[in-house]
Amino acid sequence: MVLPHLDAAYNLARWLAGNDHDAQDVAQEASLRAFRFFENFRGENARAWLLTIVRNTFYTWLRKNRPPEKTVEINDETLDIEDASANAEAVSPQFADAETVRRVIAELPVEFREIVILREMEGFSYKEIADLAEVPIGTVMSRLARARKLLQKRLAAEFNPGDQR
Amino acid sequence: MNCHQAKPLIGPYSDGELEAAAILELEQHLKTCSACALAYRNLQSLKKTLKQDALYFSAPEELRERIKSALPSPAKNVPQRPAWNWAVNWNWLTTALSGATAVCLALLLVVTLARPSSEEPLAREIVSSHIRSLMSNHLMDVVSTDQHTVKPWFNGKLDFSPLVNDLAAQEFPLIGGRLDYLDGRSVAALVFQRHKHIINLFVWPSKETDSKPVVLAAQQGYHLIHWSERGMVFWAVSDLNEKELMEFVQDYAAGTQLK
Repeated sequence: MVLPHLDAAYNLARWLAGNDHDAQDVAQEASLRAFRFFENFRGENARAWLLTIVRNTFYTWLRKNRPPEKTVEINDETLDIEDASANAEAVSPQFADAETVRRVIAELPVEFREIVILREMEGFSYKEIADLAEVPIGTVMSRLARARKLLQKRLAAEFNPGDQR
Repeated sequence: MNCHQAKPLIGPYSDGELEAAAILELEQHLKTCSACALAYRNLQSLKKTLKQDALYFSAPEELRERIKSALPSPAKNVPQRPAWNWAVNWNWLTTALSGATAVCLALLLVVTLARPSSEEPLAREIVSSHIRSLMSNHLMDVVSTDQHTVKPWFNGKLDFSPLVNDLAAQEFPLIGGRLDYLDGRSVAALVFQRHKHIINLFVWPSKETDSKPVVLAAQQGYHLIHWSERGMVFWAVSDLNEKELMEFVQDYAAGTQLK
């Protein structure tokens, strides 16, 4: 029940931790913990359950190993500026090379990053993400909206440097 | 609806999280407001950018191996089908946990909790088959994204010819097929993918009357949809969320209508 979802576990750990070595540690510890606590699992969604453990393992690991990640203050004002400039057609996916997109996602504050990963890469519903990240659905929605605006703004800056109105 | 009301709904709409009444209103607004329509297109484009496979980090083989060897009893010794049933009983008695029996235990848990129905043993069989296909590196016998390779491959292996559609355009690319054994007969298993989620679609002929797709209770986090059409029964199973799995079923069914 752990191994079929190992890709998802590793992907989340890799996006949270930011490098392969730490991600492997987190994914491995989480998998073994998931296995050990298997008895507590009450059959709904194994992948969501495993990812909850990955996430908790990561934050425990983070507290032990790293100074708190700098949380960027994002206020609505900066986002409104972006809103006004969003008249241009966005970069089409074919032109956005994976390397740059990856860097732009990695630059998101961690609490935005995890929601983007869970929604866009894992396809979880708002409700599932809320349960997994232990925040209200409203918070999931507002973080997702802000994360998307930030991503659009930064991707536009990367791919249309001259188009910053 | 004005832009001020529409803006915050565009995200939930793209995520399939908007309720029906609001969907209609928003769609009406998007038809008439070019700024909101652009915002919607830009969001679709962002979502597509984020979904590309190149961004997904698959677990390194070394990690998989390390975890396998750290588990009490390696999951790589997944028994074949006859041994499987035996393993359930035996391990239940001894409560020895291995990767394989963990799955079986979850199954037993589901069995004891869920209400019995005529389709349930089959649903269980299908989920097991799906899990086994992922575990034992026997997902596919014929690996191809070409429906004209996959369909003929079944010739001579089955007494029917399954409809094979590539749904790449709908972002459910066909990745292959294999033979499986369900409900006491050989069946076709078509394998599709959405992102990293594998979808097994089991197909076989039956005298069942036509029925619309029905979502069955999720088992161990796997979603199941069953329908029958023109003398064939279909079972789709995946860890994909229910909504997208239903999209898949509709896209597949729409494809078969055309043939």
